[in-house]
Amino acid sequence: MAAEKRVVFRSAWLPWALLTPQIIIIAVFFFWPAGQALLQSLQQSDAFGTSVEWVGLENFRNLVNDPTYLTSFKTTAVFSVLVAVLGIGISLLLAVFADRIVRGATFYKTLLIWPYAVAPAVAGVLWLFMFSPSIGIVAYWLRAVGIDWNHLLNGPQAMALIVMAAVWKQISYNFLFFLAGLASIPKSLIEAAAIDGARPWRRFWTIQFPLLSPTTFFLLVINMVYAFFDTFAIIDASTQGGPGTETKILIYKLYYDGFKALDLGGSAAQSVVLMFIVIVLTVLQFKFVEKKVNY
Amino acid sequence: MVERRPTLGILAHVILITGVLAVALPLYITFVASTHTAQEVVQSPMPMLPGSHLVENYTTALTGGGAGAGSHASVGRMMFVSLTMALLITFGKIAISLLSAFAIVYFRFRFRMLAFWAIFVTLMLPVEVRIGPTYKVVSDLGMLNSFAGLTVPLIASATATFLFRQFFLTVPEELLEAARIDGAGPMRFFKDILVPLSATSIAALFVIQFIYGWNQYLWPLLITTDENMYPVVYGIKRMIAGGDSQNEWNLVMATAMLAMIPPALVVILMQKWFVKGLVDTEK
Repeated sequence: MAAEKRVVFRSAWLPWALLTPQIIIIAVFFFWPAGQALLQSLQQSDAFGTSVEWVGLENFRNLVNDPTYLTSFKTTAVFSVLVAVLGIGISLLLAVFADRIVRGATFYKTLLIWPYAVAPAVAGVLWLFMFSPSIGIVAYWLRAVGIDWNHLLNGPQAMALIVMAAVWKQISYNFLFFLAGLASIPKSLIEAAAIDGARPWRRFWTIQFPLLSPTTFFLLVINMVYAFFDTFAIIDASTQGGPGTETKILIYKLYYDGFKALDLGGSAAQSVVLMFIVIVLTVLQFKFVEKKVNY
Repeated sequence: MVERRPTLGILAHVILITGVLAVALPLYITFVASTHTAQEVVQSPMPMLPGSHLVENYTTALTGGGAGAGSHASVGRMMFVSLTMALLITFGKIAISLLSAFAIVYFRFRFRMLAFWAIFVTLMLPVEVRIGPTYKVVSDLGMLNSFAGLTVPLIASATATFLFRQFFLTVPEELLEAARIDGAGPMRFFKDILVPLSATSIAALFVIQFIYGWNQYLWPLLITTDENMYPVVYGIKRMIAGGDSQNEWNLVMATAMLAMIPPALVVILMQKWFVKGLVDTEK
């Protein structure tokens, strides 16, 4: 695609007038706050905000030496890997089969994409209700088969709860991308392999799966970003980081430290770390998109 | 498909039906819970068939007459706040992005690339990572508990600008040449040619942004303290407080259904544009 137009309009002021609304909004609500976060991360202020002093990188040093922060990092890593791997695995399975069938594909598609519309907070509430130890129907079924479900006390169960809620909400998104990816694989390749005697299972692993790798990689990044940030509402609506700090992922800790514990410097430093992580993920994604395999 | 394999065909349907049912189970349980009385819902196990209190529960939830331990604000009002917020974000983003993408693609001016990158970089940082300072800006501007505070900071992102830029680059040059020969100025070209051509992209963005706006949680949580300004997605969480038996789960679940219906309708009814837009935006 051409990155530039050959023919353009000439005007000294009009482009700026057109850009003004967006520039004002991003300056006030994006660059200024992001700059403030950077500044605050180098400062220490008392709880009343009366004195501010420069402390250099001390906030970051504190973070690195804070065992709860490192735990939160680990929790986030476990959570995001589980969400990404399960979400991608399940939706790939569904997409491969949906791509196979001829009749009823639209029907299945419609019934699989609607959770995209569900708010993470609502997803959290629904799963909380189903798994509530005292009244939840699924917790009741689990007890019937001998599993004592209580995510209020059991850390791994609380983690399982938020992973399920997060994956449930994200499947539709991954599914759509895999479906689009599968549709773009030339049928002739698959037919040629079939003529050579490759069975469906083998065709999947030697043709479809490798050719889907750009989509898979893209979804990996997107799902990581989703697990890092968008799942805040799921956690706040269901486990609130508990029991203890078992499900306190980084974004939840950032919110908690900044708005509940009022540790401005520390939470600003956490913001900066998170910004850095997002930037790395985004750059990775764009690097990859540019080099996208052409076939 | 390439060859006939009846077993595999059946397997495909079995797996897809399992998937559909697994995905729909939470929805079904929510619906059933929203049609019973509070006492019936907290029985263990709760009933698995719809009850007879559907109209009653939804009316109570909408008007806000609940008696549970949490908030009893009117869900009707919350739905109105959510709808206004989602629409303001959607139209705000589409409007400012059309203008700025037009400026970036169809004009040459100094600092054009700087402007492009300044907008583009906002793609990288979701509002969540800069909540503290953004909250302070909004509070200093006196925008807490207002629709402006709920929406404008969320408009500050470049997804839409980026999509329109990509689309404008694919518009044939001949259209602009022809328009110029016919004497059309830039705004005339924008209004009569470019915007109508962008209808599909606008529809796709409408779906994506509407859902983005409707589903906002962390931001309203921070900047609204007035029950009258709670969007439904945040309000529903406020309805849960204390132990399980103190909540009116039937009303909570009715609210959950109400909170899901508008965005789900938008996705399902506009499926065609939504799927195209989603796949295109991210590429």
